[in-house]
Amino acid sequence: MKELIVISGKGGTGKTSIVASFAALSQSVLADCDVDAADLHLVLSPDKISSHTFSGGKRAEINAEKCTACGTCAELCRFEAIAKTDPATAGAALYFRVDPVSCEGCGVCAWFCPEKAIHFGPVVNGEWYISTTRHGPMVHAKLHIAEENSGKLVSLIRKQARQAAEEKNIPLVLVDGSPGIGCPVISSITGADMVLIVTEPTLSGLHDLDRVADLAAHFSIPALVCINKWDINPDMSDHIARRAEERDLQVAGRVRYDTMVTDAQIHKLSVVEYGDSGSARDIRAVWRQVETELNRPR
Amino acid sequence: MIVAVASGKGGTGKTTVATNLAVTASRDYSVAYLDCDVEEPNGAIFLKPDITRDVPVGTPIPIVDQEKCTGCGKCAAICQFSAIVVLKKQVLTFPELCHGCAGCWLVCPEGAISEGQHAIGRMQSGRAGAVAFSQGVLDIGQAMSPPVIRAVKSAMPPADMVFVDCPPGTSCPVIEAIQHSDYVLLVTEPTPFGLHDLKLAVETVRKLAIPFGVVINRAGSGDSNTQQFCRDEDIPILAEIADERQVAEAYSRGLLACQASSAYQASITAILKALRREEKAT
Repeated sequence: MKELIVISGKGGTGKTSIVASFAALSQSVLADCDVDAADLHLVLSPDKISSHTFSGGKRAEINAEKCTACGTCAELCRFEAIAKTDPATAGAALYFRVDPVSCEGCGVCAWFCPEKAIHFGPVVNGEWYISTTRHGPMVHAKLHIAEENSGKLVSLIRKQARQAAEEKNIPLVLVDGSPGIGCPVISSITGADMVLIVTEPTLSGLHDLDRVADLAAHFSIPALVCINKWDINPDMSDHIARRAEERDLQVAGRVRYDTMVTDAQIHKLSVVEYGDSGSARDIRAVWRQVETELNRPR
Repeated sequence: MIVAVASGKGGTGKTTVATNLAVTASRDYSVAYLDCDVEEPNGAIFLKPDITRDVPVGTPIPIVDQEKCTGCGKCAAICQFSAIVVLKKQVLTFPELCHGCAGCWLVCPEGAISEGQHAIGRMQSGRAGAVAFSQGVLDIGQAMSPPVIRAVKSAMPPADMVFVDCPPGTSCPVIEAIQHSDYVLLVTEPTPFGLHDLKLAVETVRKLAIPFGVVINRAGSGDSNTQQFCRDEDIPILAEIADERQVAEAYSRGLLACQASSAYQASITAILKALRREEKAT
C-alpha cells in the first residue's frame, strides 16, 4: 500500500480539485487532512458510516466558587489566557476566568492553584468520520471553530485511512493536505511514500514551492511537482520547471487554466468526471505520471 | 485602526488585497503592513521592502542541569506536550514539541531546569516606500507558527492604519493573527469551496467578536451563492472585485494589481473608504 500526499505551500493552487480527479482515476482510500478548511467532501459527497469525537488536548476552567482571586494562575500563564472578570458583569464576586480561545492546554494554572479551584480536563476539538463515496472509502474531519491540535487530528485521519486501505486491500491512500509548512502539513507528510506539490506559475507560487520542497527534503520524502494553470504565465511555468530540475524534483505535468474546473466544482463533480475538457486531459496525464513514479521501486 | 485581512480558503487574494490597501492608504495615512502568514509570507514579493532589521524569534524551552536532576519525573508529569520525558532517571527534551508554558522549570523541586531559547523563525522589518513593513518567517521543519506571529504583532509600529496579512484556515495561527484587530476583511471567491470556507471564517470571527466585512474577489468567475449568503446573514460586502486577466498576470510577476488595473484600484479605494467609515462609527 502506498500513501500519496498532495500539498502546495501556497493556498488555492488547486490541490483539492486535483485530488478529487485522482480519486476518480484510481482505486484509493481518500483522506482529507486539510482539517481547518476541508473541501473535498463538497465534490465527493460522502455518506457517513460512522462519526467519532476528537479530543486532542485539555483545557483549564476556573471554579468561581472556589476561586479566591489570588491571581497566581494569571501570573503563571504564559499565553495571556487568564483575566480578571469584570465585577460589573460577574456579579458581586470577583474571580479569574480562562479565555478558552487563548488557552494552550498546558495545565500550569491548575497545577499551581493553591485552592485547587481549576478543573483541567479533556476537551472535544472536533469530529472525524469514516464515509463511503462513489470513488471509495473516505476519512475526513471537522475541527471545531478556533480549535487547536489540528496536527494530532491529521495524524489520526491518516492512521484511519491506512487501516481502511489494509482492511479492504486497497493499494493507495490519497491525502488532501493543507496549505503552509507548519504543524498540520508536517503531520500530513511525515512517513509518506511521496508528496505531489501543486503549484502555480506566479512569483508567490515559486517562493512557496521552494519552502514546501525544503520541508519535504527535510523529512526525506520524495516529491513531484504539478504546475497548475500553467498558461496564465508560460515563462514563469518554464522558470518553475527549471527550478524543480535544479532541485532534482520531477515535474509530473502541467494543467492548463480552464473555467471547467470551477464549473465542475459547482456541479459537485471532479474535473475528469465533468466531461472531456483540456484540463481533464491534462490531469489524466499528470495522474499517469504520478502513478508510474509511485510504483517505481526505490 | 488595525485591519486583519483573512480568508478560510487559501489563494483567494488576501495578500493582493492587503498589499494594495497598504500602498493606497499610505498616500493619506501613516501605514504599517504586517505579514503574519509566516509559513508562506509573500507580501515582500509585491511591496519589495528594504529590510533593515532581522532578528531571530525563539520560544522558551527547558535546559536541564543533569548534575542537579534526581530523575523524580515531576517535569514529565506536568508536561502536556511530551516535550520532556524521563527514561531511566535520564531527562530528555524535545524542543520542537515544547509550547514554552514554563511548567517544568516551575515544578522542578531541585531547581535543575532553567529557561532557554529555541529559535523557530525570524522577524524582519524595514520600509517599502511610505509603508512600514514587517514579516515573520517560520523556519523549515518548525511546527508552531503562533509565536512568530506574536513576535511580529508585538513589534507593530505606531500607524494610523495597520494591515495584518493573515494565514489561511481557521485554527490557532489564524486566531493569533486576527486577535486584537479592530476589523476583519474576509477575502473570498464566489465558488463552492470559497463559500464553504468563508462560512467557517465567519464563525471564527464571530467567536472573537470582531466587526467584519467580505470582499468577493474574482467576481463573476463562479456562482451567486456567496452574495446570497452575505445578504441572508446581514454581512456587508465591501467590494466585488471583477475577475480580470491583467490582475492575474500582474500578480504572477510580483506587481501590484492597482498599477495594472484601474478597476482594481477603484475597488481598493472603495474598501478603504468603507474601512474609514467603520472606524468613525466605532
